[in-house]
Amino acid sequence: MSIARTLNDARSELVAWLQAGPMMLVFGLFFLLPLALVIIVSFWDYNEYEIIPRFSARGYTETFEGCLTELPNLCTILKTYLKTLKLCFLVWAITLTIGFTVAYFLAFHVRSTTWQIVLSLLCTIPFWTSNVIRMIAWIPLLGRNGLVNSGLQKAGVIDKPLEWLLFSEFAVVLALVHLFTFFMVVPIFNSMIRIDKRLIEAAYDAGATGWQTLRDIVIPLAKPGIVIGSIFVITIVMGDFITVGVMGGQQIASAGKIIEVRLNALHFPAAAANAVILLGFTFLIIASLSRLVDVRKEL
Amino acid sequence: MREGRSKAFYLLATFFAGYVLFLYGPMIAIFILSFQGPEGGLTFPMNGLSLHWFYKLFAGTGIVDIGSAFVRSLKLGLVVTVVTVVLSVAAGMAFRKTFRGSAVLFYTAIASLIVPSIITSLGIALEFRLIDDFIHKHVSGWGVGAWASDWQTGMGLFTSGLGAHLSWTLPFGLLIMFAIFNRFDHRLEEAARDLGATPSQTFRHVVLPIILPSVVGIGLFGFTLSWDELARSSQAIGAVNTLPLELQGLTTTVTKPDIYALGTLTSAVSFLVIFVALGVILILRKRQARHGSDAHAGIP
Repeated sequence: MSIARTLNDARSELVAWLQAGPMMLVFGLFFLLPLALVIIVSFWDYNEYEIIPRFSARGYTETFEGCLTELPNLCTILKTYLKTLKLCFLVWAITLTIGFTVAYFLAFHVRSTTWQIVLSLLCTIPFWTSNVIRMIAWIPLLGRNGLVNSGLQKAGVIDKPLEWLLFSEFAVVLALVHLFTFFMVVPIFNSMIRIDKRLIEAAYDAGATGWQTLRDIVIPLAKPGIVIGSIFVITIVMGDFITVGVMGGQQIASAGKIIEVRLNALHFPAAAANAVILLGFTFLIIASLSRLVDVRKEL
Repeated sequence: MREGRSKAFYLLATFFAGYVLFLYGPMIAIFILSFQGPEGGLTFPMNGLSLHWFYKLFAGTGIVDIGSAFVRSLKLGLVVTVVTVVLSVAAGMAFRKTFRGSAVLFYTAIASLIVPSIITSLGIALEFRLIDDFIHKHVSGWGVGAWASDWQTGMGLFTSGLGAHLSWTLPFGLLIMFAIFNRFDHRLEEAARDLGATPSQTFRHVVLPIILPSVVGIGLFGFTLSWDELARSSQAIGAVNTLPLELQGLTTTVTKPDIYALGTLTSAVSFLVIFVALGVILILRKRQARHGSDAHAGIP
């Protein structure tokens, strides 16, 4: 009996391995190995046109060049990271506010399942369309002669077009919020939908105000969703170089943008060193956030 | 909460409507503007109404070779879709048993989803670059044949490009499979087994028909994510560009509405795929309901 069971377990495990193996292989070849190579190559040497497989910390020293000598002024890399963090914080705060409100509406105020599905789909469809198009879609609105500027001019609020609407930090934040609020809505909605509605009714019956119910029941129970959404948004913004590039008119620096610039110069080890720094940062943020919640239990 | 609509409802509904307008408004603006007259510019007002910019796109006179980028993206998207569906369903089935390494695979998938795309893209580029260097320096001297000395690069649409896209679509596929099987009634499979079905029969006749609508959903994610993928492709696609890469390149140079026409065209493909997939899902659900199975009840 027990031998049969052991054999059965072994067989079941073998089948599981055959089923999961292909996916693991793809991740191994196109995610884990590349990641390891990024770390290894970040410690290699390079010249104008090729990578030299010989230990060198040049990628790092050049990145942090002047960071000590220029004190108390900030060196380029620190300034860039500070700017990226600021961007990250702004986008996080705005997407969280919008995402939470939208999810709350969908979970608690839309009563029929059909309407819930329809309205959720309405929020999801843009996610399935191109990000670049959703970025350039702001040009007719925010451009020099765009709707906003011409509207404000006609209304007499301004006499010459506002220049900071497009190709600016404002535009970058706006586009990032536009693109990625979805990543907040989904996990928060997912947490909220699992909240037992009777809990809320009990709170009301016990005399809690709407605000108290929100603060003491809904937010604590939606915390896992909030944390997962935050991880998504923060990691996306930390590594973003496309939105920052397109909406910032290729003029704004960011943690992701540095890597792209180094790559365009074919300085692979330097790009890799910057990637490792970014990876470290991202890892720290995720680690501190995921202490708040067990991600695996939530899926 | 059983009484009539509260003031909070109307407030939140207005907020939601505002959010939807914010989501769709700008896109609708460029869809309209892509039908600008030949003299029209990048902003309103409309200067006539025409298909001029679409003709220009296909004539290939203005900007880069859009036609072939379009075909490349389509081919890659279809391959990514098929591979994502097959691998996700297989791995999803594996996670229903206990096996060593399941935690490793799970966390790898999550990591692949949240490690910034530029890092993955750079890593894949390095990987192929090192392979190329190795072949150039060493293998070509082994006399293993002409291929080694003629070797250009291993990078390409269906090598590094495919891998980059899969590292992005597979985590979504796996997470959708988790969502499906969390709500799956295990007793259905046990019943099939008790009636003497083999594992492959159980899968084909019981499990697959029930999960099929969601599997179509995985395909939808696979295609649309690949069709619009940009960050991971940026370093890992090789010599040729996909459509989103061409489009990104255009944002810095183009001053005419042909970029909107291209945007409208790309979105049209996305919308077509989305609505076909949603339609198929709806039909499959209806069929399940009609055939009297209560299996769908667990999957909203």
